Amino acid sequence: MKKQLVVVGGGPAGLAAALSAYDSGVKDIVILEREPRLGGILNQCIHNGFGLHTFKEELTGPEYAERYISQVEERKIPYLLDTTVLNVSRDKKVTYINKEQGQVTVEADAVILACGCRERPRGAIGIAGGRVAGIYSAGTAQKFVNIDGFMPGKEVVILGSGDIGLIMARRMTFEGAKVKAVIELMPYSSGLNRNIVQCLNDFDIPLFLSHTVTRINGKDGRVTSVEVCEVDEKLSPIYETVRTINCDTLLLSVGLLPENELARGADVGICPVTGGAEVDDDFMTDIDGVFECGNVLHVHDLVDYVSEESGAAGRAAARYINGEINGGKEYVTVKTFNGVRYTVPQKISKNHKDELILRMRVNNVYKKANLVVKDDKDETVFSKFRQIVTPGEMETVVLSADTVEKIKESAYISVGLEGKV
Amino acid sequence: MIKVIIIGGGAVGCAVAREISRYECDVTLLEKCNDVSEGTSKANSGIVHAGHDATPGTNKARFNVLGNAMFDELSSQLDFPFKRNGAFVVCFDENDLPSLEKLLEKGEKNGVKGLKIIDGDTARKIEPNLSQKVAYALYAPSSGIVSPYEMVVAFAENAYDNGVKFELSCKVDGISKSGDGFVVSCGDKSFYGDVVVNCAGVYADEINDMVNEPTFKITARKGEYMLLDKYCGDIVSHTIFQLPTSMGKGVLVTQTTHGNILVGPTSVDIEDKDDVETTPEGLETLWNKGIESVPTLDRKQRITQFAGNRAHGDVGDFVVGWAQKGFFNVACIESPGLTSAPALGVYVAEEISSRYGLKANEKFNPIRRDIPHLAVMTEEERNKLIAENPDYGKIVCRCEVVSEGEIRASICRPLGARSFDGVKRRTRAGMGRCQSGFCCPEIVKILSEELGVSEEEILKDDNVATMLIGRTK
Repeated sequence: MKKQLVVVGGGPAGLAAALSAYDSGVKDIVILEREPRLGGILNQCIHNGFGLHTFKEELTGPEYAERYISQVEERKIPYLLDTTVLNVSRDKKVTYINKEQGQVTVEADAVILACGCRERPRGAIGIAGGRVAGIYSAGTAQKFVNIDGFMPGKEVVILGSGDIGLIMARRMTFEGAKVKAVIELMPYSSGLNRNIVQCLNDFDIPLFLSHTVTRINGKDGRVTSVEVCEVDEKLSPIYETVRTINCDTLLLSVGLLPENELARGADVGICPVTGGAEVDDDFMTDIDGVFECGNVLHVHDLVDYVSEESGAAGRAAARYINGEINGGKEYVTVKTFNGVRYTVPQKISKNHKDELILRMRVNNVYKKANLVVKDDKDETVFSKFRQIVTPGEMETVVLSADTVEKIKESAYISVGLEGKV
Repeated sequence: MIKVIIIGGGAVGCAVAREISRYECDVTLLEKCNDVSEGTSKANSGIVHAGHDATPGTNKARFNVLGNAMFDELSSQLDFPFKRNGAFVVCFDENDLPSLEKLLEKGEKNGVKGLKIIDGDTARKIEPNLSQKVAYALYAPSSGIVSPYEMVVAFAENAYDNGVKFELSCKVDGISKSGDGFVVSCGDKSFYGDVVVNCAGVYADEINDMVNEPTFKITARKGEYMLLDKYCGDIVSHTIFQLPTSMGKGVLVTQTTHGNILVGPTSVDIEDKDDVETTPEGLETLWNKGIESVPTLDRKQRITQFAGNRAHGDVGDFVVGWAQKGFFNVACIESPGLTSAPALGVYVAEEISSRYGLKANEKFNPIRRDIPHLAVMTEEERNKLIAENPDYGKIVCRCEVVSEGEIRASICRPLGARSFDGVKRRTRAGMGRCQSGFCCPEIVKILSEELGVSEEEILKDDNVATMLIGRTK
């Protein structure tokens, strides 16, 4: 079987990418989704706050997804549900499996990987103690509560103040559970400020910064308490400060990781900082015609940006399919300095026209700083003042078409923070 | 027909069950947990030891070497993962060469084939990620790796197929003499056996003492482990041991049969035999030991930690023999217990058979087939399977590529999974890098459908704790 475009993943990234590719003239598309419905993780995000940027209104996750799903339906873009992609080859053969068709391989002109991300599990951070019932990643608990209608526990401690952890603190409280504490390793929360206010402060749930869980205690196979202590500047536990918090549930919100197994399988170049592919300004990986967007590329905090980015990736894939993007591009690489951990894209084609969006994250909380872009002669080509930047909120730099023209003379540009950093 | 009671459904108990089912007798296996392979048998290194470590002339040496030789045939008859990957015992100091030579000598006395000592550079040519500090290594080509719980399930299922009855969730709380045999009581149930075989792991001393003179005492010796992602699964292909100490074979680094990397175990005597919690100190210790052998191990690749308890006896060797007429102990089975289990099974079965003059079971079938594993199938095999049963086309565990069909099959068979962890051990669902973050709700749902109970009743493991505590408001 042949397809012009295969989109792997029917969550917000895949939907937006498929729609924009379709609207750019590529009609022979299939979206492959492993879950029984389109929408991805939005389906379990029943809280509101989605779509403020895109639609200028506050939608719930399922409502936000529906805006895109209905467009996919209107355009009759084909999709397969309950379909898992097993492999993507370097020559863009996509192998998937489902109940109706068995194992099938599609030859694609272009592939967009929009597979999202996964939660870091307990084992990845090595919390000692019993392997007892009542330990879940926050997203798993969210699925149990919001989709399946079950409670994982009633006395809850949450490790990690990422957004899902914060949202689940409120959600569990609404369902009658007592959330005893949110424990955060870093001296700042990695969640959105609005979530700290609306999910913790409004319910008097304490947030312990610079703390961690060192041990999970259990009896008869269930969590009975966790041991919590302060950490030093190197984030090592200060065991003298250990105290015990009784609980029957520990939820973990300790980081999201791009789910990049397919890209790795195709030996796509991976950025060690983001865990996503290294892409150019067309969101193309180092395999011609293989694109990445959304949380598989780098973990976003707002779905609006996922949609925006994925829309751009879809348009680029259409240009590739129509022969408007050719191999052998020359690039301006994007470097980072002083406080900026990474940027996406990591390189910019010298053919790039129009304005350019650079997305990035910083490595700490900084106040009153300038986010600057410099060329290879150390001259500032862009500067933007920020009252505060935090690791939890993605930063965006929009370079005008004129600026993009200027930087094309450079071998590289550098993005970083200046000021009282 | 004589009645045989086997106490304990771990590696030894299930191997004994399978081997005794070659004879005409009425066998019942009693297991306190809701599944076989729940104790030490599920949490160990999964190593099929070559046999150079045990003192010549001991039960450990004898059954280790005998057991090791059985794995090729057994793994193909019973369809469980096994690979003869070979092992290195490394030393970091040239002055430790005599210790390696002593191991080699012991191994040869024990009948281990192919042992040789190589220098560090030669070892690093074979295993490039070995530490530069490795001075010498004892190479043991007959060492292997096995998936321990899959092996035990295979033994149990084959025993079941050959007529052994399994009483799960059946904890022995008393044994009394009754005529020529014994009455074994488990709460309000009781079972008569002409022969009782004690394979009760860390509790074998307590079981023995119910009806025999106390002749040995078992201390639980905890071993903690760390498991790493398959991403780094080729950092070593052999099992890398360090020189053994009085507390055991030390911390090893090994590939597992499924391509992960396992680092461990620690070795600490503990009071509570049921304590299988990992500790911050233990995890730190094993890691620091592990990176001595393989410095490029990446801690960021860890995906889970676990602990198991060795049944460490105070008599220095496996206790294998009649405690009195009709009561057979297979006790103090610490390392190399897993390796020895198949040979212990044969020995116990032969002992009982010759003592009681048992006839061969003409209908004995040595073959057992595992549930299908999509992950290791070819495209043709997958499509054939999905055409027969579409459930195999729906992937539930994306990390380990486990289908709905496999999960249902693991529950719907004799001695099938009864808990979340039971499914995990049989299918690998939830054993991958996301550690069941995505597939957990789906597995709970399937368990509930297949077991005909509500989702709130699904257990995580052999304990009373459920995965969920109730419905939302």
